[in-house]
Amino acid sequence: MRMLTEQHIDDLALGAAVLGTGGGGDPYIGRLLAIEAIRKFGPVKLLTLDEIGDDELVVPAAMMGAPTVMVEKIPNGREIVAAFKALAGYLGQPIAAVMSIEAGGLNSIMPISVAAEMGLPLIDCDGMGRAFPEIQMVTHTIFGVSATPMTMADEKGNTVLINTIDNHWTERFSRSITVDMGGSALIALYAATGKQLKELAVRGTMTYAEEIGKTVRLARQQEANPVEAVRRITGGFQAFKGKVVDLQRRTVGGFARGEAHLDGLDEYNGSKMIIHFQNEHLVAMRDEKYVVTVPDLITVLDVDTGEPITTEGLRYGFRIVVIGIPCDSRWRTQKGLELVGPRYFGYDVDYIPVEQRLG
Amino acid sequence: MRIGIDVGGTNTDAVLMDSRTILGAVKTPTTPNVTDGIVTALQMLIEQTELNPANIMAVMLGTTHFTNAVVERLHLCPTAVIRIALPATEALPPMTDWPKDLRNAIGNHYFLVKGGYEFDGREIASFDSMEVRQVAKQILDRGITSVAISCVFSPINDEQEKQAAEIVRQVIPNAHVTLSSAIGRLGLLERENAAIINACLSEVAKRIVAGFEAALRQMNITAPFYLSQNDGTLMASAYAQEYPVLTFNSGPTNSMRGAAFLSGLKDALVIDVGGTTSDVGMLLNGFPRVASQAVDIGGVRSNFRMPDVYSFGLGGGSIVRTDPIKVGPQSVGYELTTKSMIFGGDVLTTTDVVVAAGFHNIGDQDRVQHIGKPLIEGVLDIIGEMVSISVDRMKTSAAPIPVVSVGGGSILIVRPINGASEIITPENHAVANAIGAAIAQVGGEVDRVFSLEAMSREEALNQAKAEAISKAVAAGADPATVEVVDVEEVPLAYLPGNATRIAIKAVGDLAMA
Repeated sequence: MRMLTEQHIDDLALGAAVLGTGGGGDPYIGRLLAIEAIRKFGPVKLLTLDEIGDDELVVPAAMMGAPTVMVEKIPNGREIVAAFKALAGYLGQPIAAVMSIEAGGLNSIMPISVAAEMGLPLIDCDGMGRAFPEIQMVTHTIFGVSATPMTMADEKGNTVLINTIDNHWTERFSRSITVDMGGSALIALYAATGKQLKELAVRGTMTYAEEIGKTVRLARQQEANPVEAVRRITGGFQAFKGKVVDLQRRTVGGFARGEAHLDGLDEYNGSKMIIHFQNEHLVAMRDEKYVVTVPDLITVLDVDTGEPITTEGLRYGFRIVVIGIPCDSRWRTQKGLELVGPRYFGYDVDYIPVEQRLG
Repeated sequence: MRIGIDVGGTNTDAVLMDSRTILGAVKTPTTPNVTDGIVTALQMLIEQTELNPANIMAVMLGTTHFTNAVVERLHLCPTAVIRIALPATEALPPMTDWPKDLRNAIGNHYFLVKGGYEFDGREIASFDSMEVRQVAKQILDRGITSVAISCVFSPINDEQEKQAAEIVRQVIPNAHVTLSSAIGRLGLLERENAAIINACLSEVAKRIVAGFEAALRQMNITAPFYLSQNDGTLMASAYAQEYPVLTFNSGPTNSMRGAAFLSGLKDALVIDVGGTTSDVGMLLNGFPRVASQAVDIGGVRSNFRMPDVYSFGLGGGSIVRTDPIKVGPQSVGYELTTKSMIFGGDVLTTTDVVVAAGFHNIGDQDRVQHIGKPLIEGVLDIIGEMVSISVDRMKTSAAPIPVVSVGGGSILIVRPINGASEIITPENHAVANAIGAAIAQVGGEVDRVFSLEAMSREEALNQAKAEAISKAVAAGADPATVEVVDVEEVPLAYLPGNATRIAIKAVGDLAMA
């Protein structure tokens, strides 16, 4: 158990953006919300999974919707409390702790502000170990934990509760409710007991994100190579170093799908890479051969500062390093790959772990 | 004939141009009150060219005045912020992420009222005139006349901001109002910040513009004058008084545009070596490539279209240390002509080294003869590496590219640059900034969200382009010269109706009446 204070937030935000693999939303707003909440309500207690009782109920808090709306229509702070209260009321059980559902970008920091505001502890874990675009893409689904009952709340005071027959339906319904709410919603879902989480959750994600951020910060201070620092601490593999020479983005089915084309720099001179994304990076191909695919993490960092770059933030001319990081082992099971393997996203390639491809 | 003036951190430069010909160029140290340096520069220019002030058609000014006022927290107005957004946004009120001293410098006055828009134009809540009227009364009671108004998704619909402004003007005599939708893009906090900074500069803007007018009058110059915007286009002095925040970072933009003009190249890398720092930027189609991440103005986060410039601590006044050999970042700055060795001082600077190496004949060469070859080579190596690394950072492909070197410190570029196909140091390179100001064009910008289900992509683009073009004309452009220079399309994730954000910039030559 330790306390999370303002000082930890910046490191956590940066590390979360690394794990966000290009998605997870803009961390700036999330960071500000967390800092404001801690200033107002005090530091947050961070518990390991072993410190929560088997029967205690843990509920993830998240923000769902379009990143563009999230930077315009900022929350008022009451929405997530409303979502939590509605869910607790329906379940007839108090909620003992909050957790992050996806450790990338905005949604690893949002739960901190929720925990601060509700005076609940935060559990050091998440449901992905990274970010993924669709609601059902969490380890809870692999272990048969339902996303619903799920509550959604907006700034106007509306709360909506949904119960579905499977998590794919949850994605469908919640996505359209999010649009009706104006393109963003605060949500509480995937309620699980301590016992269930001990089996299914990805452990230590908050601390891991903080470590990554701290490593980058120290590397910058000491004028060491921040990119190499990230690679080392994540056990990742450098897949490419290059300049963005073309970017194609289009809206398909409510997501921004696209490709980034890179021309190689330094030792990669003469080589080309294409990264495909659906908010998050999905596959990376070097000279037309797959070198990293989901569910492994494909993270894009600024070559000089090591700053992680989101797909919305990627621009022509950026000089970046692409790193492939091994995913949590649960994603490599058959059930895991059905949910988030390259074939689910429409790529005609079987998953091969990045350490085999690039090791 | 036109005069271009650049008020930099170290020097104030002025050039006289007739169409595309440079008739005269002068450089004088920037003075603390800035206006004096401008008057001196104009006097020098008139003497040099024997120019008759009556023949000047326009004066263009690039200045760091407004940036400095914010950075130094000087002469800023108490400002009230009205954010139209309830029931949304309360978790992050206005000025949440501001440096404390800047917030306090303007009084930390803010009000949230009902309203705002969803991404598709629906209202979040109805605008409440009574509520805004009461807020305006409170602002009046506090003795504030400078007001910034922001609203959720106002780039899509500025109606509520305009309604609020109307009420504020009714309640507060002499109110000076800035609407966020007039100057900012998507991103509430960044846009609101820009509006607040703009509002708090209203007194400074009035004073500075009046000061420039006085300087010109003193020199018997009756021509209208324009200020450079951060994107390289001009705005009329009246517009600059309304939107001083748009002048931030116009310096690097002007030096790049000047470099494009002097070299005749539209696509090149530009390095502007000053007295203390160097800026490297990329020219694409004659305009600097813009930075896309958030930019910092005075410690406050914003998202203007600013040039993507990489700055590093190398200049003509950079101090050289000998054991171990180190160049900068400390610099003698504008005191070069008294402190460096070639000018009789006792500080070893980069300029001293290039003179000792025999590359340039400036000041008294004898005073640097004692500098040993190993030291000279070591310093030149370091300079060469600093430049090469910075150039490589900004290149957009591995292919070699021309590098245009401008600024008074260009004399330091004596080694080849890795990745440069050629290094061009054009004539008049030392006053490239002032030239950039003189040749600047006027522009109009549109940055909005369109639903491509309501109209075709072509219709949306045409609508946006037409709007940008008419904005350019409204800013003073000659309609016959206006063309669209930048089109940016970003599909919006997770939103239906095929929502796309389209940003268009149209630019034209200043219509000279």
